[in-house]
Amino acid sequence: MALIALSAGNPALAGTWQPIAKDGLHDPKGPGASLLQHPGEALSRLTPDTAGNQVRWVQALDKGEINPRTNLLPDTKVRTLDLDVLLDLKGSMPIVRFPHKAHTEWLDCDNCHGELFGQPRIFEERTGGSNISMLRILEGEQCGQCHGAVSFPLTECMRCHSIPRPAGGSFQSLMPNLGN
Amino acid sequence: MLRRLLTVLCCLFAFGLLSPVAHAEYADVVLNHQAEKNGMRPVIFPHWFHRIRFRCKVCHYELGFKMRAGANLVQMEDIINGKFCGVCHNNDIAWGVENCDLCHSGKPGLPPGIFGGHETSGPGRW
Repeated sequence: MALIALSAGNPALAGTWQPIAKDGLHDPKGPGASLLQHPGEALSRLTPDTAGNQVRWVQALDKGEINPRTNLLPDTKVRTLDLDVLLDLKGSMPIVRFPHKAHTEWLDCDNCHGELFGQPRIFEERTGGSNISMLRILEGEQCGQCHGAVSFPLTECMRCHSIPRPAGGSFQSLMPNLGN
Repeated sequence: MLRRLLTVLCCLFAFGLLSPVAHAEYADVVLNHQAEKNGMRPVIFPHWFHRIRFRCKVCHYELGFKMRAGANLVQMEDIINGKFCGVCHNNDIAWGVENCDLCHSGKPGLPPGIFGGHETSGPGRW
């Protein structure tokens, strides 16, 4: 716990971005170092976060702070879906609410449910059809292909495990339409 | 005592406090399977810069980039012919390929991979 606090309190992670020449990747002697945009210049204007790029990307998009293109090819069908799925109903952590809306604003259905460019399908479309495991996610599979690499990292447990389990009650009280 | 010290060091490493690239911006990708072999600096691809302007689905659905860093064979010839990065980097939407140093901007010797993610700031691994 102390380490988590230490990590959260690390000034390098709290609203500061390294200039390009000091990020450990760019060659400070190369021409790019003086020409490329610094992350802080762009990211400091967006809704802040304490993890990842220190930007709440989904909120930045919702609020219109950014307006990234949905497609380049005129014939692409831009697909979105507004459907929440509750996952991990029988675990001990708070229940996971997976919002299709936030995900399909950024991604196409086929990114998770298709077999694009020879990549294996990540999730079946049928709820309960995918054997989702935190261990696999931590190893960079399933949700972990993006979360922990590009989208907010796996240190932010409660952002996915966001629905408190009813005390002494059954998960079905959360989903009255589910039946048995 | 030694064991305790080792545990603390492991934890610090896991949280990115001792990592050699702890300051890399989250989700920066280094492409260096081919660059240095061909006498160029490694390419640094910043996800943050691109996602301000394009949704993930543009590159990972329309343009053919697989999700996992290292899974894509990105070659200059394809880019020049208008594939992958070349769909935009053609002096129309973004700078053209003659601006070599703007993409080939990495430190020599960098290993290819995605930085700022699992390896440096999360409990898991990529």
